Amino acid sequence: MGRKLLLEHINVPGINTFDVYRQKGGYASVEKALKTLTPDEVVEEVKKSGLRGRGGAGFPTGMKWGFLAKPEGVARYLVCNADESEPGTFKDRYLMTHIPHLLIEGMIVGSYALGAKTSYIYVRGEMMPQIRILERAIAEAKAAGFLGKNILGSGYDLELYVQPGGGAYICGEETALLESLEGKRGNPRIKPPFPAIAGLYGCPTVVNNVESIAAVVPIINEGGEEYAKIGIGRSTGTKLISAGGNVAKPGVYEIDLGLPVEEFLYSDEYCGGIANGKRLKAVVAGGSSVPILPANLFFKTAAGDARLMSYESLSEGGFVSGSMMGSGGFIAFDEDQCIVRNTWNFARFYHHESCGQCSPCREGTGWMEKVLHRLENGHGSMSDMDLLVDVAKKIEGNTICPLGDAAAWPVASAIRHFRDEFEWHVSHPNDAMTRNYGIAHYADPLPAPVAG
Amino acid sequence: MLRVEDTEQVPVEFSAALIAQFADVVSRYPEGKQKSALLPILHLVQAEFGWTSPQAMDKVAEYLQLQPIEVYEVASFYSMYFLRPQGKYVLEVCRTGPCCLVGAEKIMDHIEQQLGVKEGEVTADGLFSWRGVECLAACGFAPVLQIGPEYTFYEKLTNESVDQLIADLKARGK
Repeated sequence: MGRKLLLEHINVPGINTFDVYRQKGGYASVEKALKTLTPDEVVEEVKKSGLRGRGGAGFPTGMKWGFLAKPEGVARYLVCNADESEPGTFKDRYLMTHIPHLLIEGMIVGSYALGAKTSYIYVRGEMMPQIRILERAIAEAKAAGFLGKNILGSGYDLELYVQPGGGAYICGEETALLESLEGKRGNPRIKPPFPAIAGLYGCPTVVNNVESIAAVVPIINEGGEEYAKIGIGRSTGTKLISAGGNVAKPGVYEIDLGLPVEEFLYSDEYCGGIANGKRLKAVVAGGSSVPILPANLFFKTAAGDARLMSYESLSEGGFVSGSMMGSGGFIAFDEDQCIVRNTWNFARFYHHESCGQCSPCREGTGWMEKVLHRLENGHGSMSDMDLLVDVAKKIEGNTICPLGDAAAWPVASAIRHFRDEFEWHVSHPNDAMTRNYGIAHYADPLPAPVAG
Repeated sequence: MLRVEDTEQVPVEFSAALIAQFADVVSRYPEGKQKSALLPILHLVQAEFGWTSPQAMDKVAEYLQLQPIEVYEVASFYSMYFLRPQGKYVLEVCRTGPCCLVGAEKIMDHIEQQLGVKEGEVTADGLFSWRGVECLAACGFAPVLQIGPEYTFYEKLTNESVDQLIADLKARGK
């Protein structure tokens, strides 16, 4: 059983209040940082920890902090990305609901490291209850002297505010988030300049995911090197995984990176297997944007190695036979699920959420949705699968932000691994809506992985 | 002016209490960056009036010293702002993949049947509307729905729990 760095106290009654959180050792990292470390030393610890961005991109957090420009006399900002919207992902909601002070503690340490005097937590608007929870927690922290002027007598001032979004997946992209925080439509910006140079109000800005910021707390408490001992290779530390879909025990689990996927899915400590005693058909391991894998390729790489819950292992095999860690949104599909219908559902999602700036994404996501809709409803043709792959290819890499890629990958991967199911929808138009294609050859366990 | 059908041209007045809330929001940003207050203020307006009417948006523009188009383009971009009147209770059901794996589509069918109105329509008594919305980041508690302006969450929905919810809201009434 792995160590719990973020969720250790999640079940302590009253842990959402300042007093109980403090009794359990909360805000120690703020004391340690402000009293014994310079801002640069805090950045150094985060670099040593090997922490990688937990929002989905997996970019090293310490390196991102190191890029921040520090021109004299210009404000700097730390903005927390709590616009959690990636289908399959609900860890940030969980963390903010139950242990809001962990995020606030991380924000204080992070803001100190970056020299930010004002910081914002941008929370998706639908999470109004979590916004209220955070606002209450901020007021408590301020009353206790951990926010405001001259924190703990260190001479460091910080104001922290919560900003609601308006309902738009695209605002999880950091430059769209900054546009939204400036009161505009969430259209991603062309990069460069990166936010580290010109972010909020044109000032140097770091945008980090909720979980990344929370992870700074144990990193400072225990030291970056200690943190880096957990995990495997370049996947250091613990990761929150949101387990949903047809798992027996959906929920948020904190795992040591490197846990075998089989253990995560079947152990009673985590997902507890597939609900209702059914068999596993497919997995989306890191949120809807990452390639879907049939069960056989999920458990073992094409080379035959057991797959692990780590950035490297999940992407082993590239897009031919691998997937990605993404945001840790783990969606299991049981034998009764229809891959075509799910792919259409995801395509509709991306079409709905495309901001419309770039024509490949704006038009391409709409085309994919339409073609998948006709396939799902028994009106497709055998050439539709190649058409979808072609449209997906033309979106991928041709847009300002990664939403285009995120829309293309689920469609391309579904056709790559489940083409026979799509073809069945064409050849059995009358059955497409009423029957399920079933689990076929990609069920667990499969005798031998399909080559390339 | 946005083209919004079936809307009464009722002048909108912001109360002193509401204006005080606006001012509190504006104080969170640097001098001259009051446009940042737009999204939070539109939420406050919608909580007060049930939707963001063109009249209300014009008043917000005036308050924040923005061009009206700057408010319209934001309100129409984000999915949470209603550009036409809704029922008092808007049942927003998550319709994205993970929720559908555990029955969200059946829940939407059931709501449509129970309320007797199609997605986006308002019941005759003015109490209810419903719509499918995209992933609400609650996939582990699916199927889910939310009801503004507090965005109270209802998890692990069944036909029975939906019936109970609708009955409770009817009893609460206008």
